[in-house]
Amino acid sequence: MDRVSHTVESFKKKNPPEFGVGDTVDVHVRIQEGDKERVQLFSGVVLCMKNSGIAKTFTVRRIVQGEGVERIFPVHSPAIADVKVRRRHHVHRAKLYYLRDRSGKSARMRERIEDKDGELVPGEAAAAPAAKS
Amino acid sequence: MADAVPGKAILARKEGMTQLFDEKGQVVPVTVLKAGPCVVTQVKTPENDGYHALQVGFIDQKPRRLAKPQRVEAEKRKVAAKRILREIRLAAPADRKVGDEIKCDVFQVGDFVDVVGHTKGRGFTGVMRAWNFGHKPRSRGNMNVRGPGSIGMRTWPGRILKGKRMATQWGGERVTVKNLRVMAVQVESNSLLVKGAVPGTDDGVVYVQLARSTRPAKSS
Repeated sequence: MDRVSHTVESFKKKNPPEFGVGDTVDVHVRIQEGDKERVQLFSGVVLCMKNSGIAKTFTVRRIVQGEGVERIFPVHSPAIADVKVRRRHHVHRAKLYYLRDRSGKSARMRERIEDKDGELVPGEAAAAPAAKS
Repeated sequence: MADAVPGKAILARKEGMTQLFDEKGQVVPVTVLKAGPCVVTQVKTPENDGYHALQVGFIDQKPRRLAKPQRVEAEKRKVAAKRILREIRLAAPADRKVGDEIKCDVFQVGDFVDVVGHTKGRGFTGVMRAWNFGHKPRSRGNMNVRGPGSIGMRTWPGRILKGKRMATQWGGERVTVKNLRVMAVQVESNSLLVKGAVPGTDDGVVYVQLARSTRPAKSS
């Protein structure tokens, strides 16, 4: 039985950013440089979300100079200023680890778009590879 | 128990571990302790007992479940029946009287505390688990792969050196974890969140006191 999570409730974000596995996102990371603080962007595809409550984390994968780079972020960390969704994708899995073995055309995903009722549905055309840089 | 100079000490129950974030956004592992409320059941004085101390009770108990000496004593002092009685040694006369409550707000965020508890009992364990010995190759004809191997020399010295690490009873002993930082104090739920791990099982009773290293030096 969970008797401890209520004690850290106040350390959680009141409005955690909303996004899902398969989304292409911009993660706004607060970075301390000397005594100045600035926000750095990390853009890529959300591969997976793990754990629950205050320990919840998500993994973002992007391609930097042809090399795959993954970073794991805690959702509730104050260092994560914001997560902006750039594109939603239609995916069949909760963990997109298969993307690690793919690149280019085989790493495409169909975009999820809003239909006239505001429901998210799979779009028509297959999308270009996400988050190239 | 050692003398807590400012009397900053409390009994607590380990609730379990979780995590929180510090001001930099870094994850901090914390142990949640249900600290108190403890009730003062007796004030010890040099005149009566030879030293300053508070006797405190923790965790309510039906009076009939207590042994008669504790039950009668509780009735005599008109304090609630408590399952656990411990002493908090003091260097100076106590500023509390019988019946007073001690709550987790004796500590503040940023304080360092020492936590005394009993570790989980592991039973009789072999050398690999108890002392991190390696094992012999599991193939190539070895049979007793988890054994200690050689434990000494030959006719000289003709004995096993004292303190030789062997299979042993492990755990279930009193351990003090020093200098854990208090990360949060939540009076409404009697929760004390300290950074790091604390000995014992969930629900185990521990003694929390202001860290020795941060206490003022004893003047005499």
